[in-house]
Amino acid sequence: MYKHDVLIIGAGLAGLRAAVEATRLGLDVAVISKVHPVRSHSNAAQGGINAPLTDRGDDWEGHALDTIKGSDYLADQDAVEIMSTEAGDAVIELERMGVIFSRGEDGRLGTRRFGGQLVARTFFVGAITGSAILHVLYEQALKYGLNTYEEWFVTDLIIEDGCCVGVVALDIKTGELHSIWAKSVIMAAGGAGRVFEPSTNAIICTGDGLALAWRAGVPMMDMEMVQYHPTTLARTGILLSEAARGEGAHLLNSEGERFMLKYAPQYEELASRDVVSRSEQTEINEGRGIDGNVLLDLRHLGREFIEDRLGYLQEVAVEFVGIDLAEQPIPVRPGVHYIMGGIKTDVDGATIVPGLYAAGECANVSVHGANRLGANSLLDTVVFGRRSAVHAADYVKSVDAGSGSDEHLKATKARLQSIFDREPTENWASIRNYMANEMTTGIGVFRDQSSMEGAKAAIDDVSTRVPKMSVQNKGKVFNTDLIFTLEMEFMADVAKAIVHSALTRKESRGAHFRTDITKRDDENWLKHTLAYKDTDSEDGVRVDTSPVTITKWEPVKRVY
Amino acid sequence: MQAKLKVSRYDPETMGRGQQRWDEFVLDVHPNATVLDALIQIREEVDGTLALRCACRASICGSCGMRVNGDAKLVCKTRIADIGEEGATIIVEPMGNQAIIKDLVVTLDTFFDKVRQIDPYLRADTVPEQGEYVASDESMVNLLTAMNCIMCGACVSDCTVLEVDEAFIGPAALAKAWRFVEDPRDDQRDTRLEELNDVEGGIWDCTRCFKCVEVCPKDVAPMDRIMEMRDMAIEAGNTNTSGYRHTESFNKSVKKHGRLDEARLAVESAGYTNIPRLIDLAEIGVKSVLKGKMPPIVPHKADEKEKITRIFEKVESERGS
Repeated sequence: MYKHDVLIIGAGLAGLRAAVEATRLGLDVAVISKVHPVRSHSNAAQGGINAPLTDRGDDWEGHALDTIKGSDYLADQDAVEIMSTEAGDAVIELERMGVIFSRGEDGRLGTRRFGGQLVARTFFVGAITGSAILHVLYEQALKYGLNTYEEWFVTDLIIEDGCCVGVVALDIKTGELHSIWAKSVIMAAGGAGRVFEPSTNAIICTGDGLALAWRAGVPMMDMEMVQYHPTTLARTGILLSEAARGEGAHLLNSEGERFMLKYAPQYEELASRDVVSRSEQTEINEGRGIDGNVLLDLRHLGREFIEDRLGYLQEVAVEFVGIDLAEQPIPVRPGVHYIMGGIKTDVDGATIVPGLYAAGECANVSVHGANRLGANSLLDTVVFGRRSAVHAADYVKSVDAGSGSDEHLKATKARLQSIFDREPTENWASIRNYMANEMTTGIGVFRDQSSMEGAKAAIDDVSTRVPKMSVQNKGKVFNTDLIFTLEMEFMADVAKAIVHSALTRKESRGAHFRTDITKRDDENWLKHTLAYKDTDSEDGVRVDTSPVTITKWEPVKRVY
Repeated sequence: MQAKLKVSRYDPETMGRGQQRWDEFVLDVHPNATVLDALIQIREEVDGTLALRCACRASICGSCGMRVNGDAKLVCKTRIADIGEEGATIIVEPMGNQAIIKDLVVTLDTFFDKVRQIDPYLRADTVPEQGEYVASDESMVNLLTAMNCIMCGACVSDCTVLEVDEAFIGPAALAKAWRFVEDPRDDQRDTRLEELNDVEGGIWDCTRCFKCVEVCPKDVAPMDRIMEMRDMAIEAGNTNTSGYRHTESFNKSVKKHGRLDEARLAVESAGYTNIPRLIDLAEIGVKSVLKGKMPPIVPHKADEKEKITRIFEKVESERGS
């Protein structure tokens, strides 16, 4: 029987950082991931990680305020204070583990500027920061001999007496189901970009962690807050990092005009992502786009600079669309990139279910509120990944292991068998592609009552089709047909939470911009939305609200 | 645009180990479509049983290493339009040198076991009292080459040494070792070099075939990293290897005669005191004589050997040795 003190679901930055911490605390730790750790989507973070390093003149309050302003005042300020004050140590620790951060002339860590901030406080490794950190955390995992269940897919959380005590998981390579018992479970399973199309997200970002926690009764908070990144490639949605603009690239419309100067005179191309994406979409909607895109122009930076500091961007541009960034501007447009919403946790990663913690993109602490600043996501993963491990380690001292009963396993086996037995009427791919297009249309950069109701109608349709999904592949070994079907079930839950949360919020704030209610309404809506699974309600979901924590920064008008 | 794919299939539940089936697919694809786009299209619209790994679609996660027309590639960054003539059949197979799990999915256990073998983490006894390690930007940028490795396995798949020598640590793990040897923060440089020099399957087992350099989708150039480590290992005083003696004998012979003295090379590489190896060589020598393939004891001199000698002298004086 598999048994651990702490089981971490997901092996990206949040998961591995949590694992390293729990291991150092002397616990029996394991990480379970549906892909090998180095395949995790943290890889795709390009531009950098924010940290106000106080020993070189920056101050944490500056970073906190930028983050809060970026969040359109929806972030919980106590959580932001923790993130900003712990940021310096978190980044230094990564460097000491071996991350090869770029340096200044003095041999100490160098920075670049990032969006929504006037201070350069983003530490980076070329345009592969996420990958460089992920690989170093994986090195640490090897150093500590961490237990890993690689290519194991979690199908269910095991909840006994209201506490989370483990998971049921499918070993993808053998097709066998197993129970893994753990005194605590840390959910670090990443985002849900695949609910939309196109998206910068990997094919694996299907909101598994969000849905698993939701089914266990944990609310998803602020799910209407979906970030559209301003610079993604048309058709594929492949990301071109904000680092380009951080290093001085311009955004141009079809008339060759740097349109951001009129939307954000002070921050220009480096306004918050929601602001830049809306500006681009406005240009496109008003006829100053080029086939639904605007242009990202790096030519004035020069070839050598581009290759040294933004090498990966050049690689993507050349290999995927045949554009040399030193010679030609590249067409980009807003694309789904990140979900600010997620599993509601406290500042220690704890959810309302004892024994269940969450960190990283699947969690909502909340430090990003209605719009996340670039380079704050990596910071979020390492700060709150570590904290959730520390607190889970404390929690496991006072609890017993689960029952060891095989009833959970049997229930999952029966559920999967029913999928194998169904008549072939529906398959995951057609539902996913339909849902994702409808979600992008209805819950877009701009949205209104009617577009969101359109998305709701589509999701209602999806809800009736999902229970009919069958699989073409009836085998056991590496049956991705089955995995994708289970992922589709997760995505349907996440999409439902997004749509109902979006319809609930009757204002415009951050990424949730309604063309029918364009103003922010602090009097009525300075609050979080909380979407609960509710089998008694008609749609299977209930949306409540809760207050935002304000410590010292009263909401003011947000201007860039 | 039309694409024709011929895809290698293997299902362990219905086929014997080593068996293989070929399935052909003809698809309409976007002009910028990659091989991965086509495979996903097959999986979603034609055959849901096709197994392959992929995640990021943007050449950063390393999941989708496969052989395309015989060479290991990341299929997410391999555009169909860039492979041969339009409409020509594209052959997609699993990577080599590792066991196939199903269809295009191979086990990467060997790959990661070899990575584990090189102590793949920063080893430093001295930690700065405060803040980060101080190191030059150049020294960090230098490491970027190896840090670009995404562990896709393409180099291991196509490594011609691994095909015949399972002990070889292999291109990816050795490139990773280089990353620590070159990292100014790591204080185990000499120990690492010594281990990589002495261990079975270490830096001297590469045959310099260039294949890893050719197939690496991230320009890590593992072979170049291995060659740099050979030089570093020698400079650090690790000279008691057949690899080092081979290099020295090779140099000496070409410098002196303008060509290779093969008989002497074999003996000197083994080492004059390496009795068991010399006995082996004697047997090979006898067989070579019987088959008329023994190289001359005194090598022929090259016609303009002075010119070659001058090249050696020039290089040596430039390197200050």
